[in-house]
This record gives sequence, C-alpha cells and structure tokens, in this order.
Amino acid sequence: MSKAKLVILDCWVSPFCMRVKIALNEKGLEYEAQAEDLFGGKSELLLSSNPIYKKVPVFLHDGKPLCESTIIVNYIDETWSSLPLLPPCSYGRAQARFWADFIDKKVFDACGNIWRSKGEVPVEAKKEFIEILKQLEEALGDKYYFIGTTFGFVDIILIPLTSWFFAVEKIGGLTVEAECPKLSNWMKRCLQRESVAKVVPPPEKVYEFVLMFRKMLGID
Amino acid sequence: MAGELVLLDFWPSPFGMRSRIALAEKGIPYEYREEDLRNKSDLLLQMNPVHKKIPVLIHNGKPVCESVIQVQYIDEVWHDKAPLIPSDPYQRAVARFWVDFIDKKIYELGSKIWKTKGEEQANAKKEFIECLKLLEGELGDKTYFGGESLGYVDVALVPFYSWFYAYEKCGDFSIEAECPKMIAWVKRCMQKESVAKSLPDQEKVYEFILQLKKVFGIE
Repeated sequence: MSKAKLVILDCWVSPFCMRVKIALNEKGLEYEAQAEDLFGGKSELLLSSNPIYKKVPVFLHDGKPLCESTIIVNYIDETWSSLPLLPPCSYGRAQARFWADFIDKKVFDACGNIWRSKGEVPVEAKKEFIEILKQLEEALGDKYYFIGTTFGFVDIILIPLTSWFFAVEKIGGLTVEAECPKLSNWMKRCLQRESVAKVVPPPEKVYEFVLMFRKMLGID
Repeated sequence: MAGELVLLDFWPSPFGMRSRIALAEKGIPYEYREEDLRNKSDLLLQMNPVHKKIPVLIHNGKPVCESVIQVQYIDEVWHDKAPLIPSDPYQRAVARFWVDFIDKKIYELGSKIWKTKGEEQANAKKEFIECLKLLEGELGDKTYFGGESLGYVDVALVPFYSWFYAYEKCGDFSIEAECPKMIAWVKRCMQKESVAKSLPDQEKVYEFILQLKKVFGIE
C-alpha cells in the first residue's frame, strides 16, 4: 500500500499551524511542512488551495486541501482513528468542542489587543486577557489535561497559543504564572510532550517576531 | 436515549432555528422554552455561565451550548434517523468549513446591513452578496448542500432566510435578483416541514428589527 502524502502549508510562528503539526505528531504520522513566506509572497499552491481565506495552515492529504486548523485537527483525528484525541461519548465531545470554540473565539484576539497596542496597553485589554485565562483554568480544574488524564483535542487547540504569551507578558507587563498558576503548570506539562516540544518555538523567538511585526505595522 | 430534552431559545434567533430544524428532522420531541433576553432566566445563566446566550440544549439536565455543537451532538446521539453530517471524513471537513464560513460571515454582515447606513452599509451589502455567491458555488447543481437530503450546511444556513426580508427592506436591495440559485434552494428547503415550522414569518422578523432599531436609536 502506497504511503499517503501529507503536506502542511506552514508558518513556524503560526499557532494555528502548530496545532496541525502536533496532531500529526500525536498520531505518529510523517508529513512535509512547506514554509510559506506570508510577507514576501504566498505560493500558488496556497492561493489555489485556500482561495477564500488565502491563509495557513492548509493541510493536503494526497493533494486534497483542508483549511481551518480546528477542522483539520478533527479530520486528522477521524481519519487516523487510533489514539483518539476526542472522548468516546457524545457529551464529552460536545464539551471538548465547546472549549475549542471558546479558545478560537477569544484567546488570540485577546493576545492581539495587548501586543498590537500603540503606547500604553489599555487596562481593559489586560483584564480581559486574564479573565479569559481564568475561565480556561476553571475548566481545567484539577485535571492533568483538559479532558481528564489524556492529552487531547482541547490541549492541542490551546497549547500553541501559549507560545505567544511571553510576548503578551513583556508588552502588557503581566505574568500568566502569577495570575493563573494551574494553567501555567498545565502549559509546562504539555511542553514536555515530544509532539509539542518539537513544534512549539521558544517564547523568546516568538517575542522577537512580534517586535519585528510591530515595527512593520508601524506600532513601534 | 431520548430522555428529557429542553431547548432554551428566542424565536427570531437563526442559531436557535438550527437546533429546532435538527430536532424536527429526526422527529425528536422536546420542550421549547422562550427566553426574554432582557431578563434572562436563572436556568439560562446556570446552564450557559460562560456566554449567557441562547440557544442552550439541555439533555437530561446537562447543557450543550453553541448551535453548531448542538447540531453535531443531536446528529451523533440520534444517529439512526435523518443523518445530517457526512460519514466520510473529508466530506465532513468540507461541510464544517462551510458552516464555519457561514458563522464568520453571514450573521455579522447581515447585522451591518440593518444597523448601518451609507458607505458602511453599502460595503456590507456587497460583501454579503459575495458570500452568498460563494455558497451558491458550493451548492452547484445539488438539490441541497447535503446532496439529495438536508445536511449540516443546509441546517446552518437556511435559518438566515427568515432575516432576508428585513435585510432587503433595510438595505434596499433584492437578494433573489443577485442570487437566484440561493433563493431556489431556500424554497426547496422550505417545502420540508422541519424547516417550515422552525422558521418564523419574515414579516414578523422585520417588525422585530424595526423595534430593535428604535431601541438602539438607529434611524
């Protein structure tokens, strides 16, 4: 049986791309990550595979494109169904999807409201960011991972976004560990997993990128 | 399996309509409870403490929030009747993509059409029509987005039809003139009892929008 060709159109700093790579690693799948130059010029393949949004990640399974990271992670989980990322029962899956949706709607935008601010970071933006993290911390509770004892879907959706937290902390003048110690411990646990460690860049590198991006946007 | 089912809802909500259609398609009995969004019930606040929004589907006392999650849940639990979500993982991912596109675009652009005027409204109308045309492209020559039967994308999109008249009156344009295939698809959907009885009358929705405009002080 010929091996399926798995390709991700990628950008190293995109937390959305990281989600897909972690899911593939968790499933023990080999894939090719094609780096896209999002500033210099997007490839023809990217523009034709994702004509509506023209964004990364795009996942190509034997040439068939899939877009939107949460949808791609679901697809990977359903197609390679051993070591499932979602719980077996319908209610558990609904809960996992709810928190993935919450993370998608809230976290990256809240980060952006801080790292994109010109001058002094608004107090409201910092307050909102911490409130969102506290809600996630409450959902985590005393569990090892978001869905009990197994690293899964919600963890994969959230952990890449935390690689941007250092930049948010530096620019916003706040500390996630002080405000949300349980969440901070969960972050450390996840980063110890090989599937995550080999994908998530060092926070300092992301911070350098954010500073460069701020200059590009004329914020600094 | 059925147990006790309650849907906390608000009659003009296109999101609530999605769950109503899914439950009706599968012939599942449930209790519909109308919420007054200016005075939310304790039950709503307790069942959806994070967003405090409708719809909330309560199954044997346990809440499921967010309409697209509810439709997926309903489809999984009552999987033996009228399946909505494709069984093939790739087709399923494509359907999820379009439902996500509808969620990102249609409600927000529609809201801009009735809430704004001038250039902002004109831009919203233009983009709204562009989105409908993209959806027309995805529909192609199929009877429904789901093929021969109603599917996930149909259930996610058709509720917005109940707001089309309001958008047209506020925006002074005709959706049918711009997107005839979309309206033809809507009419096919409306022939299904599950859809027809889940959508409110368009004139009623328009009256509701006019009330909202008064409350928000929008001309």
